[in-house]
Amino acid sequence: MTPIIDIAGVSKRFVRELDTAERIAKALGAGIEKQTVHAVEQVDLTIKPREVLGLVGESGCGKSTLGRMVAGLMTPTEGAIRFRGDDMAALKGKAAREAALKVQMIFQDPMSSLNPRMRVETIVGEAPQVHGLVSRRQRGAYVEEMLHRVGLDPAMRRRYPHQFSGGQRQRIGIARALAVRPDFLVCDEAVAALDVSIQAQVLNLFMRLREAYDLTYLFISHDLGVVEHISDRVAIMYLGRIVEEGATEAIFTGANHPYTQALLSERPVISTAKRRFTTIEGEIPSPMKPPPGCHFHPRCPHAFARCRIERPALKQIAPGRKSACHLNDAA
Amino acid sequence: MTAPLLQVENLATHFFTRNGVAKAVDDVSFTLSRGEILGLVGESGSGKSVTGFSILRLVDAPGRIVSGRILLNGEDLASLDAEHLRAIRGKRIAMIFQDPMMTLNPVLRIDTQMIEAVQAHTSLSRSAALERCREVLAMVGIASPDERLASYPHHFSGGMRQRVAIAIAFLHEPDLIIADEPTTALDVTIQAQILAEVQKLCAGTGTALIWISHDLAVVSALADRIAVMYAGRIVEQGRTAALIEAPLHPYTRGLIDSVPSRNKRGVPLRQIAGMAPSILNLPKGCAFRPRCARGDGACLTPPQAAEHRPGQWARCFHPHLAEIRSEVPA
Ligand SMILES: Nc1ncnc2c1ncn2[C@@H]1O[C@H](COP(=O)(O)OP(=O)(O)OP(=O)(O)O)[C@@H](O)[C@H]1O
Ligand SMILES: Nc1ncnc2c1ncn2[C@@H]1O[C@H](COP(=O)(O)OP(=O)(O)OP(=O)(O)O)[C@@H](O)[C@H]1O
Ligand code: SF4
Ligand code: SF4
Ligand SMILES: [Mg+2]
Ligand SMILES: [Mg+2]
Repeated sequence: MTPIIDIAGVSKRFVRELDTAERIAKALGAGIEKQTVHAVEQVDLTIKPREVLGLVGESGCGKSTLGRMVAGLMTPTEGAIRFRGDDMAALKGKAAREAALKVQMIFQDPMSSLNPRMRVETIVGEAPQVHGLVSRRQRGAYVEEMLHRVGLDPAMRRRYPHQFSGGQRQRIGIARALAVRPDFLVCDEAVAALDVSIQAQVLNLFMRLREAYDLTYLFISHDLGVVEHISDRVAIMYLGRIVEEGATEAIFTGANHPYTQALLSERPVISTAKRRFTTIEGEIPSPMKPPPGCHFHPRCPHAFARCRIERPALKQIAPGRKSACHLNDAA
Repeated sequence: MTAPLLQVENLATHFFTRNGVAKAVDDVSFTLSRGEILGLVGESGSGKSVTGFSILRLVDAPGRIVSGRILLNGEDLASLDAEHLRAIRGKRIAMIFQDPMMTLNPVLRIDTQMIEAVQAHTSLSRSAALERCREVLAMVGIASPDERLASYPHHFSGGMRQRVAIAIAFLHEPDLIIADEPTTALDVTIQAQILAEVQKLCAGTGTALIWISHDLAVVSALADRIAVMYAGRIVEQGRTAALIEAPLHPYTRGLIDSVPSRNKRGVPLRQIAGMAPSILNLPKGCAFRPRCARGDGACLTPPQAAEHRPGQWARCFHPHLAEIRSEVPA
């Protein structure tokens, strides 16, 4: 099947600004300067129509950056992202506008992604009207229909975002995205800010919508339980690179990459007994000074000489299964 | 039986706002023994932090402790004057916050602030205090403490800053530490490292711990006992195994059931209907009633906490007493 999204050799580099603590330190005379961050490094990934691809990894590993590029909100420094075969950065005019509508993004913090001074009916109804999907006269009914789809009372369409709970605001964000009839949704930590009981409601909604409208998802989350539940396939990222990829069950029952193995063994699961935490040593290295060779080598219990020098390629290790670890060559 | 270390009795902390009285914490009672770890869980706004702040007497206007007693070794913190409170805070009770920069001063070197923290409650010399700092930094798994001591907070990662904050909390081997979502902002692998250190420290020092979190998974792995808050009240408390295996309260049960890893892949998650009420406008009787499948006319009066099984308390007229728990699907 032709992929709906094809990410080919994509990298993104930033010049990182200083954070508050660093700015204070700099003002006090510490020699801190801006640095280049390799947020995403040579990523290859394809997503098939109607599948849910889960993207996991720890803070700062580049998940959101990759997601933003897929949603067309950022252009890659290198490589190309193709939507149904077309390089999104190369599209012009009407074709570019249409492709942009077909890929929508849903964010973690619904409050900051919704204009606080707009009523829900404008938030949800504006884009479809501007893009000619509905006429001015149809707009009211269309908005009500969208609110209904995401489980909100259409009677609330004249309210403002602050008059909703967190879970309801996330539904407004979803209704806004659905209103332009997308094929593809990038969900960036879309349930992370929600309480467990509300999180379950929103996850169920995502699954229902996928069935109803043939949607494809890139589902970004640091929560392994959520990703396991919702995804068909999973990709694991570490410091800008994909280190492992495969069918959800295969990964969760038999991780290949030492980082995936560590991540899965550390994840907290509800238990009836106290548990002894055993831990991967060391900290997540800074993306400004990533270790040479395999980025994971300073923390990897299996690291050997080659790991410190040579970057392991992401290679097929079984049908539909890839991993980037030198150990796979030894066997 | 020896008296518990901490005894919170009928604590109520209310905020007197323009829109009405917010009963953030209402009639909360629990006890904690020496060296015990209590997990305090609940969703956003349920009153976990305000409970923690109340114990430390850190509630500011428009909030006020309106009733209740907070007995630490039999001494009522709720009625202590400012000077006695200062002597207790940091020494016998310490707090760890979600953001370690609530504890750390960004413009001071780590050694400067840690030595100050030691000397605030002891008459140790500078060099003896420094020795103590090295000790606690090593305890929280910080390699090369000397190098770290000469650094500023901005030299550290978030996980490392949180370790330093935890080290400061353990400086005086307090009787009690209240930790408010200290690993929520951290990554799984770093969280696991910190949980491991905290477990070891509590076992080693006999310090009791209240671990506040919205994450049942973390709490269940760490705590001896769990208390579940909903809309300002503890709706259930009991030993971890009993509470997870056989929750009494419909809300506890719903919470556990809605966790993705306890549901089959690909089928809808079991979910709790509706959403948490505003504490400014609580439903009559049991606050969980509008979301509860078991609710009936009896629930229009507020349920009192009752010990339905030995050591397991719930505020509910129709607790899940007899049923076998549905199997966790593979
Ligand atoms: N606009 C930007 N300018 C500079 N640096 C950036 C920018 N956006 C991201 N970065 C950096 O790129 C790296 C990857 O960030 P990204 O937000 O993609 O990570 P993430 O995996 O989404 O993390 P999180 O789980 O914390 O959301 C980080 O080091 C981040 O600081
Ligand atoms: N200064 C204040 N003024 C008015 N209301 C307050 C104030 N501080 C807290 N509250 C209210 O008290 C209730 C309990 O808040 P608390 O911070 O204890 O919740 P929590 O359980 O810690 O939630 P979270 O998980 O979001 O941290 C909330 O409804 C909150 O709005
Ligand atoms: S390549 Fe080497 S360091 Fe990297 S994960 Fe494999 S064994 Fe570990
Ligand atoms: S008291 Fe009634 S409404 Fe409240 S939790 Fe129990 S059964 Fe449900
Ligand atoms: Mg992100
Ligand atoms: Mg809180």
